[in-house]
Amino acid sequence: MTSSVFQLDSDDRAATVARIRDKARAIRRHALNMVFAARLGHPGGDLSVADILATLYFGVLRIDPKAARDPGRDRLILSKGHASGALYATLAEAGFFPVEQLSTYMKPRSMLNGHPNRNYVPGVEANTGPLGHGLPIAVGVAIAGQIDHAGYRVFVVTGDGELQEGSNWEAAMAAGHRKLANLTLIIDRNTLQQGARVAETNDVEPLADKFRAFNWEVVDVDGHDPAALIEALAQRPGRAKPLCVIAHTVKGKGVSYMEDQVGWHHGVPTQAQLDQAMKELSAT
Amino acid sequence: MSAEAAVSPRLFDCRDAFAGALEAVAEADPRVVVVVNDSIGSSKLSGFRKRWPERTINVGIAEQNMVGIGSGLANGGKIPFVSAASCFLTGRALEQIKADVAYTKANVKLVGHSPGIGYGELGPTHHSIEDFAWLRVLPGLAVVSPSDPWETAETVKAAAKREGPVFIRVSRFGVPQLPRPAGAAFAIGKAETLREGGDVAIVANGVMVARALAAAEALAEKGVAARVVNMASIAPLDLEAARAAADLGAIVTVEEHSTRGGLGGAIAELVAGYRPCPVEILGFPEFLPTGGVEFLFEAYGLTAAGIARAAEQAIALRGKR
Repeated sequence: MTSSVFQLDSDDRAATVARIRDKARAIRRHALNMVFAARLGHPGGDLSVADILATLYFGVLRIDPKAARDPGRDRLILSKGHASGALYATLAEAGFFPVEQLSTYMKPRSMLNGHPNRNYVPGVEANTGPLGHGLPIAVGVAIAGQIDHAGYRVFVVTGDGELQEGSNWEAAMAAGHRKLANLTLIIDRNTLQQGARVAETNDVEPLADKFRAFNWEVVDVDGHDPAALIEALAQRPGRAKPLCVIAHTVKGKGVSYMEDQVGWHHGVPTQAQLDQAMKELSAT
Repeated sequence: MSAEAAVSPRLFDCRDAFAGALEAVAEADPRVVVVVNDSIGSSKLSGFRKRWPERTINVGIAEQNMVGIGSGLANGGKIPFVSAASCFLTGRALEQIKADVAYTKANVKLVGHSPGIGYGELGPTHHSIEDFAWLRVLPGLAVVSPSDPWETAETVKAAAKREGPVFIRVSRFGVPQLPRPAGAAFAIGKAETLREGGDVAIVANGVMVARALAAAEALAEKGVAARVVNMASIAPLDLEAARAAADLGAIVTVEEHSTRGGLGGAIAELVAGYRPCPVEILGFPEFLPTGGVEFLFEAYGLTAAGIARAAEQAIALRGKR
């Protein structure tokens, strides 16, 4: 198990944040190259969740790629499984499988399906894709941890439009009722869904109030700020509720022409657009 | 009912066998937990809850969450028995069963209680005569419909041992304990020939097996030798037993299920590609009218007499179409 960033001193912590930023840029570049090569994918959501995944895998999760099924591992379930490009890029960067395999994304018989499968891809915890599945599964893992008095934490990342699925609220109610303090939900709050703004489609606000009413602890955070995410995701001794982190993000973050554009939910860049994106993603 | 009663006078609710067997496997394996949707009573699990309250997870009336939680518990190393009325478990949570359980190959045991027409007068919303059709198409999910208390208990034990998902249908409708040779063994995916015969094969499962045996008795009195095959597992199907039935050239299938997509459908698919022959499919062809279980079985010919009639019909058609 890698040590948690919270045990590090401030110099190490600054180094960790710098590394997370590097990894997040790499994840974004991988994801766009993968979508470009596959002529298919969900680049907008890949880019909005990239800093969240980088922070989790390089700053929070106690995991070991060489023991991907260690019973005591922390779990990360990506409920918004369509952001598979970002997840695969993260897992490869974290050492679960060679980075070279990313070029097989969605190619015939590749293990890297459009949506993740735990039986094919080391490090994947749940077969997501249909929305509203990740949180109930995460609640189940958290209950198992509670029964066993295990030390692991369970993290689940959903989209914000995804919260229109009713199954999330069944699970939110159960998690609050059971005081699953080992469970953390991170909402990738990019305010866009496939067809339009979430607020114009079926508004999820007031989001924090909803989770508080379901007996969760809620924090709002800049979902592109690794230091703030680390702070928000820290497990506080004595926490007696599940934690909901509303990570405010920009869909398409990091590529100027994709940012906050609903059309890049799915969409494939041209060669010129890809070149520009790569330039922007190596500059910062 | 006279023919059925002749098999054994005493009728059993298979949920009792389920609960007893589950307590036995839970005693032997601490990973076993149950997940219910306010269905402790209807799953006969109050004894389990009393012994292992921390291993009894009642999610309330929330079936999608219930199955998702089951999948998560399996991720966390547990062996969850997700136990609920079959109509709600399979209908409401079908996508979770597909993605979180079958596609995931999660070690989850789904237990559909009071399936078929067990809820009788409560009507088609509460009947579960679609579950075989919905579930048997999901790769890797074993679908088992035990015929009596012994087979119900054996299925629970086999499911706990098997690494991977299983759906078990547990009837509340009273059935006799079937006569079996000493040392009879149960295995998921293995059919059981309860009576030999060379004129026609009656392939049944669940609560219909006792009736199929009674039908074979009645046919024997007319000089017709019917083989009775208990096809408890619809998936994986026992291909050898199904082909052997087709070799007789006349088949009747009997199930407490829709006439479309269930046991009859599975047998017909096999027979069409192997050795086409008449297959009379007995079951329910529509949303059912108001009525109790016995009334509905009578009305749709799911009786010893109805099965015997269908057998004679299949024999009459042999080689003619």
